[in-house]
Amino acid sequence: MSVLHTVNKSPFERNALESCLRLAKAGSSILLFEDGVIAAMQNTKFSERIAQAMHDFSFYVMGPDVKARGLGEDKLINGIQVVDYNGFVDLATEHDAVQSWL
Amino acid sequence: MSLEVNGQSFETDEEGYLANLNDWRPELADAMAEADGAELGENHWEVINFLRSYYEEYQIAPAVRVLTKAIGKKLGKDKGNSKYLYELFPYGPAKQACKYAGLPKPTGCV
Amino acid sequence: MENGEGVVKRFCYINRKAPYGTIYALESLEVVLIAAAFDQDISLVFVDDGVYQLTKGQDTESIGMKNFSKTYTALGDYDIKKVYVEKESLEERGLTADDLQALKYEDEDDDWAEKDSLFLVGRSELTEIINEQDVILSF
Repeated sequence: MSVLHTVNKSPFERNALESCLRLAKAGSSILLFEDGVIAAMQNTKFSERIAQAMHDFSFYVMGPDVKARGLGEDKLINGIQVVDYNGFVDLATEHDAVQSWL
Repeated sequence: MSLEVNGQSFETDEEGYLANLNDWRPELADAMAEADGAELGENHWEVINFLRSYYEEYQIAPAVRVLTKAIGKKLGKDKGNSKYLYELFPYGPAKQACKYAGLPKPTGCV
Repeated sequence: MENGEGVVKRFCYINRKAPYGTIYALESLEVVLIAAAFDQDISLVFVDDGVYQLTKGQDTESIGMKNFSKTYTALGDYDIKKVYVEKESLEERGLTADDLQALKYEDEDDDWAEKDSLFLVGRSELTEIINEQDVILSF
């Protein structure tokens, strides 16, 4: 059973990502999109936490949401894969279930 | 609502503002003016073109006070005053000129 | 405070949300543009995720939303000359002043000289700025 977890809230504002990291099973995938992309950036208060979590999870980030916020794909934490909307659909179909952390 | 020009139909809101910014072309401004019983001259076009480039740069239609000041700076003090602009656009320079320019109604205009 | 025509109050708009994910940033901007017509003493504050509203290089084409970040650069035309960004909020997010758009206004009384309207302020200074306001609106 493989699960894609999606997080669309900023880690500075909500604890959705925190709950996701706490409850997701190792080996799951996590897609950060909308304001959730903030968690994918280098040098934030949360970068260390994400880098740690990368031992257990595959991280993806929605490229269009990164660009919209002017954050720059060159400033993403290394190892996070950038996807677009088609990539989102592919991820959803490749996994057995999708869990949205609203 | 819609505006018919040269056999083509363009969607507008209930006040006649174009629904899609990208539909705009000079003929539409002429057609809107004609419907208001006016004819556009060079002075009108100066303002309309100014509004379009302001929108392009800032993504807003400027408030009338901002428009007046900016026109004054760009085209000279004799044009940057309400009297001049209201003579060109008696329904209100921001409202009427923005409509002809294909922009949404200025923020804060009711 | 009087300006001869009426009472001028100090209005402060506090922006704490990232743009696009929620409607707060755009709503705040629209309210500010409308309120600017009333000749009040306006300050904008960007704190917490609100600092993301001012990043440069925003490109919204692929999310199909209007890029309203360009509108912040028109605030000077609306006589909004005091935009405060909290330094600590930038630091927590790995951002610096270089990641933000330049915001300027033209000083009519000084031959239209361009002057900065964006100020980085520390937390304690921001506390004082907010404490001096007559009306505070939160977004």
